[in-house]
Amino acid sequence: MKILVAVKRVADPDNLNKIKLSAQGKVDTTGLEPKASPYDDYALETALRLTENGANTKARLGEVVVVTFGPKEAEQMLRAMLGTGADRAIRVDATDDALDGDLVARGLKAVVDKEKPDLVLLGYQQAENESNEVGQMLAEYLGWPQATSVGAITSEGDTKLVVAREIEGATAQLRVTLPAVVTVLDKIVHPKSVHSKHTAPTHAYPDGVRFAALMAIMAAKKKPLAELKLAELAPDVALKVKYGNSELPPKRAAGVKVKDVGELVNKLKTEAKVI
Amino acid sequence: MAGTLVIAELSEGKVKKSTHSAITFAKQVGGPFAILAIGAGAAGAAAELAGFGAAKVVTVDAPSLAHYTAEGFAPSVAAVAKAGGYDVVAVAASSFGKDLAPRVAAKLSAGYAPDIDRVKVDGGKRAYRRPQYAGNALGWLEVTTPVHVVSVRQTEFAAAEPSGGASPVESAAKAADDAAAARVEFLKVEAGKSERPDLGEARVVVSGGRSIKEQFKQVLEPLADALGAAIGASRAACDAGYAPPELQVGQTGRTVAPQLYVAVGISGAIQHIAGMKGSKYIVAINKDPDAPIFQIADYGLVADLFVAVPDLVKALKASA
Repeated sequence: MKILVAVKRVADPDNLNKIKLSAQGKVDTTGLEPKASPYDDYALETALRLTENGANTKARLGEVVVVTFGPKEAEQMLRAMLGTGADRAIRVDATDDALDGDLVARGLKAVVDKEKPDLVLLGYQQAENESNEVGQMLAEYLGWPQATSVGAITSEGDTKLVVAREIEGATAQLRVTLPAVVTVLDKIVHPKSVHSKHTAPTHAYPDGVRFAALMAIMAAKKKPLAELKLAELAPDVALKVKYGNSELPPKRAAGVKVKDVGELVNKLKTEAKVI
Repeated sequence: MAGTLVIAELSEGKVKKSTHSAITFAKQVGGPFAILAIGAGAAGAAAELAGFGAAKVVTVDAPSLAHYTAEGFAPSVAAVAKAGGYDVVAVAASSFGKDLAPRVAAKLSAGYAPDIDRVKVDGGKRAYRRPQYAGNALGWLEVTTPVHVVSVRQTEFAAAEPSGGASPVESAAKAADDAAAARVEFLKVEAGKSERPDLGEARVVVSGGRSIKEQFKQVLEPLADALGAAIGASRAACDAGYAPPELQVGQTGRTVAPQLYVAVGISGAIQHIAGMKGSKYIVAINKDPDAPIFQIADYGLVADLFVAVPDLVKALKASA
């Protein structure tokens, strides 16, 4: 199976409460360490699990290609992903202000047309913009099935996946015939969330994503990393949405500390009047 | 007819409450709006939707639409939107809306404003505001295409009440499926078993963190019972297996905005706060006085939760 994983570099998702607004009303993430959007790390982990026998994660039984839209600096993230186990990387040269979800989807379609993967995996949304749209749009442009917000995947032979989508208070199971677009949630990296056709049904992975071994990081320097131009992929680079200024949400002031349960119940009754 | 097309969300032929938030959005945009009810049994839902002041209710009802898939629904939604010449296509940002709307937008070559919390109408121009950066920034955006596709955050658009009257109902033929529809097979929906109110709709939510460990149910259920609350959990508690995944509140889980949110043993990670900071009142119970949750809590109680929660249950029962 050949899998294309679309990834995005973002400001440190664990410290987004430290963002500031510039005088022009734009979000300023200066000082926050750039990282892969966590759901994209989960998408890569999913791709690796689908192209291996869980009992021998060193042997890649398929091909995993990572692709990002970003500046030169984003190559550091791609190198790290090559170290983690991806076979090849592609960077489409672009800056965030020249992109929207629709343009990324159209650019990705051109990459898919070239690469012809069986499956495209993405995080269900990226951690900065949180727009949850690229996978769905890509599926439409390709004419492929989509499965979004997926928390579990089992492969059935080479051509089908059974996926569990998380919906409000429930999961919806679908069987999709490849090629398809799948977007993943954090629970996809739980020990038994992904089963490739090579992996025993009883196999349990360590919880979370794997980390690159030192040897693998060294070897990754020799793995191919190609650069593509956005304009070659999407002749029409007009944006369908344009962001203006941002606001900071009203700060919730810290309230009061109550001394005991009695005082808490009293406040909820007489002050907040919610019980 | 220009105006807004609201896509109703149905469940087994019944209108889901999320639909009422999308109707409120349409009323804020102003001008005429229509409601599209799509799904098997949609014709039966039309009567319920006819009392909201819509110019009309359009139904697309076919047995093959018994189970939602984007590939099955998007072609008909796009066809109805095109036929009516609507300026805005709106749906609630539920799992249904979030899955469907971007595919519809791509089909219509329309710009998409996802998960918005405000709309500003200035003459013929509309700007949309949406939470980003885990709720730490609110970004305004404009859609540059003639047609706008919008999904609206249910917690920020109060449910519309029926306003009486009876909108005319017309049926539209189901559009041909996307070729991709033949490659998606619906298998089943497995509901989380719960007698409690739905997290997204509860007046009170009681949430627990990892520090409650295996006693998650024992500690939280009596408190939820005493408050008539839904139960939520932090991602850490879900990841550790102490709480089922469907209870997760936060960036990757549910976004909630109840009247009262009681955070028990939750430290207040950014991704959790992103999912609950719209709550009217927040109570935090945590033994660590420096836990970040106290910075946003209206009422903080620094205490051992295993002592404080049972005491709270007793006090609530005594004062009831």
